[in-house]
Amino acid sequence: MAEIVDSCRALSVNPLIVSQRVGAVLAFLGLSGSLPLEHGVRGCAAFTKLFFMRHFREPIPLQTSAVDQIATVLGSDENVIEALRTVIERNHPEIVGLVSTTLAEFQGADIRRALGEFRRKFPVHADVAIVPVCAFDEIGGIEAGFARAVEALIESLVPAGRCPGAGSSRVNILASSMMTPGDIEVLKEWVSAFDLDPVVVPDLAASLDGHLLDEGFSPLTCGGVTRSEVERMGEAVATLVIGPSLGRAADILRTKTEVPDYRFSSLMGVEACDQLTSLLHELSGRQIPARILRQRAQLLDAMVDCQFYTAGTSAAVAGDPDLLGMLVGFLTSVGVEVPVMVTTARISALADLPTKRIVVGDLDDLEREAIAHSAQLLLANSHAVAISGRLGVPLLRVGFPQHDLIGAHAKTWIGYAGTRQTLFDISNLLLQARQGPQPYISIYRQIDGDSPKERKPA
Amino acid sequence: MTTALSDIEMTMGDGEQRLLDAIGHAVTTFNPAAVFVYITCIPAMQGSDVESVTRSASGRWKIPVLTVDCAGFYGNKNFGQRIAGDVLFQHVIGTREPDPIPDSARRQGIRVHNINLIGEWNVGGEFWNVAPLFDELGLRILCTLSGDSRFRDVQTMHRADANMVVCSKALMRVARRLEETYRTPFFEGSFYGVSATSESLREFGRLLEDPDLVERIEHVIAREEQRVTKELAPLRGRLTGRRALIFTGGFKSWSTVSAAQDLGMTVVATGIEKSTDEDKARIKRLLGPNARLLDNNDQAAILRTFEECHADILIAGDRYIYPSLKARIPFLDLDHVRDVGYAGYVGAIEFAWRIVAAVEHPVWNQVRRAPPWNLSVSTPRRNAA
Repeated sequence: MAEIVDSCRALSVNPLIVSQRVGAVLAFLGLSGSLPLEHGVRGCAAFTKLFFMRHFREPIPLQTSAVDQIATVLGSDENVIEALRTVIERNHPEIVGLVSTTLAEFQGADIRRALGEFRRKFPVHADVAIVPVCAFDEIGGIEAGFARAVEALIESLVPAGRCPGAGSSRVNILASSMMTPGDIEVLKEWVSAFDLDPVVVPDLAASLDGHLLDEGFSPLTCGGVTRSEVERMGEAVATLVIGPSLGRAADILRTKTEVPDYRFSSLMGVEACDQLTSLLHELSGRQIPARILRQRAQLLDAMVDCQFYTAGTSAAVAGDPDLLGMLVGFLTSVGVEVPVMVTTARISALADLPTKRIVVGDLDDLEREAIAHSAQLLLANSHAVAISGRLGVPLLRVGFPQHDLIGAHAKTWIGYAGTRQTLFDISNLLLQARQGPQPYISIYRQIDGDSPKERKPA
Repeated sequence: MTTALSDIEMTMGDGEQRLLDAIGHAVTTFNPAAVFVYITCIPAMQGSDVESVTRSASGRWKIPVLTVDCAGFYGNKNFGQRIAGDVLFQHVIGTREPDPIPDSARRQGIRVHNINLIGEWNVGGEFWNVAPLFDELGLRILCTLSGDSRFRDVQTMHRADANMVVCSKALMRVARRLEETYRTPFFEGSFYGVSATSESLREFGRLLEDPDLVERIEHVIAREEQRVTKELAPLRGRLTGRRALIFTGGFKSWSTVSAAQDLGMTVVATGIEKSTDEDKARIKRLLGPNARLLDNNDQAAILRTFEECHADILIAGDRYIYPSLKARIPFLDLDHVRDVGYAGYVGAIEFAWRIVAAVEHPVWNQVRRAPPWNLSVSTPRRNAA
C-alpha cells in the first residue's frame, strides 16, 4: 500500500507532466488520413509538434486555429470554423481531431457548438469525420489526454449496437499512450499468432513506427487505423484494453457495442504476458504457437540469469500513472525494489502499487526522493538526464519525451521478448554502475619500490 | 604475456631464442620487479632448456628471472600452486630484509609483530574487509601470498613471527618450510564467517605470546562480534532453518559450512572433492557423524542431491551457476572469480545478505509456476456486457 503525497512546493522545477493536449493529438496520429487540429495559440501547437518530431523523428501533421490576442478577448469560435474549413479544403483529411487547449477551454470556447455551426455552414464537408476533444489540463497529462481522445473517437465514430460478423476473428485493442509503436507492433503479432485479427484504435504502430514511403511526404498521417475499421469495432469478438487510463473509453465502447472486454494494466513480466497468452488461447481455440512458448522460456532464463544483478537494488521511477504501474510491477517482479515514484496525477488506484511512496510532482521531486532512498537506478524521460549526471545514478529512459535517444519509438517493452530486453538493459545499467571494493592501504605498507610507476626504465 | 610460439618454432625447437627475446622485450618495456617464466606443455614435452634461458636473462638484465616448471600434464591446479610455492621459497623468500616500520605507523603501547597470510587471494577485494583489523592490532602483514602483495613483499616473508595458512592446501608447504627453516609457527584458519574470523585472530594471539596483544584481540573480537550480531539479526531471522547444500573445494568445504551454520542455516550436504583427511575430520565435527559428504562433482548428481535434501540454496563455485539456474535453484557463487567479498566480519554480513537475496528473490516463484494454460482455471478477468 503506497502513500500518495503532493509535492508541497509552490514551484514546479523540471516538470514531469506533459500537457493533455499532447496526448490527445498523439491519439489522432494513429488514425489513417487524419489531421489533428489544435484550437489554441500557435506556440502551443509548435511545441506539441516539436516534442513529437524529436521523439518519433517523423514529420508531424498538426494544425492550429491560431488564436490571437483579439480572438482571445472577443471569442474564438470563428477561428475553429475557419480553421476546419481551411484544413479540410487544403489537405482533404478523412478525420480531423479537433483538440481544444487550456486557453480555449478557459476562455469559454465551445468546440462542440462551433463544430455544429461548421456542419450547418459547410454541408459539403459532411463526409469528413471531425472528432472534438476537450483537452483541459485538469488531472493528468499525456496519458489522460490520449484517453480522452480515444473516448471522443469512440463516441463520435462507433455506431451503437452489436453487429458481430459471422465467425469474426476481429479483436479490438485499446492501447494506452504508454505503449510505443514498437509495443503495439508486437501486440499485433501476438494476437495474429493465434489467427485473430487485431484492430488497434488508434494504431501508432501503423503510423509512427518510422517508415519511408514511396509517396514521400504527406501533410496527413501516413498509415494508422482507418475510419471504417473504427466504425466496425462492434463486429469484434473481444476488446483488449491495455492501461487503466482507458477504463472509461472501454466502458463507452462496451456500452455501445456489447463486445466483451478484457483489461490489462500491464503486458510486462511473465505473469501479465501469460494472462494475455492464455486469453488469446481461449478466444481463438488455437494452440499456443511454439514461438511464443520459446520466447517465454527465454524470458524465464533471463530472469534467473539476471537475478544476481537485480537483487537488493532499488529504483526511483517517474512517469504517468499507466506507465508507472507497468514499470513498478515489472521491476518488483525481477527483484528491483521501487521505494518511491513520482507521477503526474493523484489517482487513488495508484495506492495499490508495490511501493512505499508516490509523490505527485516533478522531476525535482524525483531527484530529492532518489537521494533520500539511495536509488541505484532512475527511470524517467529524457529530462532526467541532468539528474542522472548529478547523482551518478544510471538512467533508463522511459515514457515521453525521449529526445536524446534514437529509436525510443521502436523500443519494445512489452511481451516476453520486450520484457527480457528491458531486463537485460536494467541489469547492464546496474552492472556498469557497480563499483568494486576500495583497496585498503595498510599503515605498515612497505614502500612500493617495485611499482612500475616509481621505477625509472632501465 | 606469452611467447606465442608458432608451429614452426614448435617443430624446429626455436623456442629458446624466442623466449630470451620475449623476456628482453618485457623487461625493457614494462620494467618489472621480476619475471616468472611458466613452462607449458609443448616446451616441457620438447625438453626446452628454459632454465638456462632464464639464468642468462637474469644475468643480462640484472633482475630475477625465475622458471616455474608447471606444464599442464604434470597435474591439477593445486599441484601448479605447489610448484609455484616451491619456486618462491627457494628463490624469492629471504632475499630482502623488511623495510623499517614507518614512524607514522608507530603507536605507543602497541608492539608490532610481523606476520604472513599464506594463500590469501583477496578475492573480489575481500581481504580489505579484514586488513584494517590487523593494522589496529599492530600486526604488520609482510605479505599476503599472493592476493594483495608485491614481489618485494614476498622477499621478506622469512621475517614473520607467525604465519597463517588461509585457504590453500597447495601453499601449505611454504608454511611448513618457513617453520623448518626459520622456526616461524603457523596455523590454518579462515576469514569466512564470524566465528572463523575471531578464531583466526585468537590464533595469532596464541602464537605470538604477547599477553597485551591477546587482550587487545579479545577487545576487537568483542566489539566486532557485537556489531555484526546486531546487523545480522534481521538476516539471521530470515535464514534460520534454511537448508544449504555446499559444494566447494578443499579448505572452503568446512569454512563455508561454519559460516553458513553461524547464520542459523542447516547444511544438508557438503562437497569433499579436494578436501584432505583433516578437512574431512573438521567437516564431521561441524556436521555430525551423519553428514552427507559428496565426492562426486558431477553436476547432475549434485542437483539430484539438492532435490533429495530439500535444500533451499546451492553454494558452490562458478561452474555450477548455470546448471543450477537451469534447474531453477537459488545459487551463491563462491568461486575465486567474483566481485563480491565474503571475508571477515563485514563479509559475513555480505554473505548472509547474498544468501537472503538469492533465496528470497521474486523470480523463483514465477519461473517455477506452471503457465495458466496448463491449469484448468483460466485467470483473465472478463468484463462482459
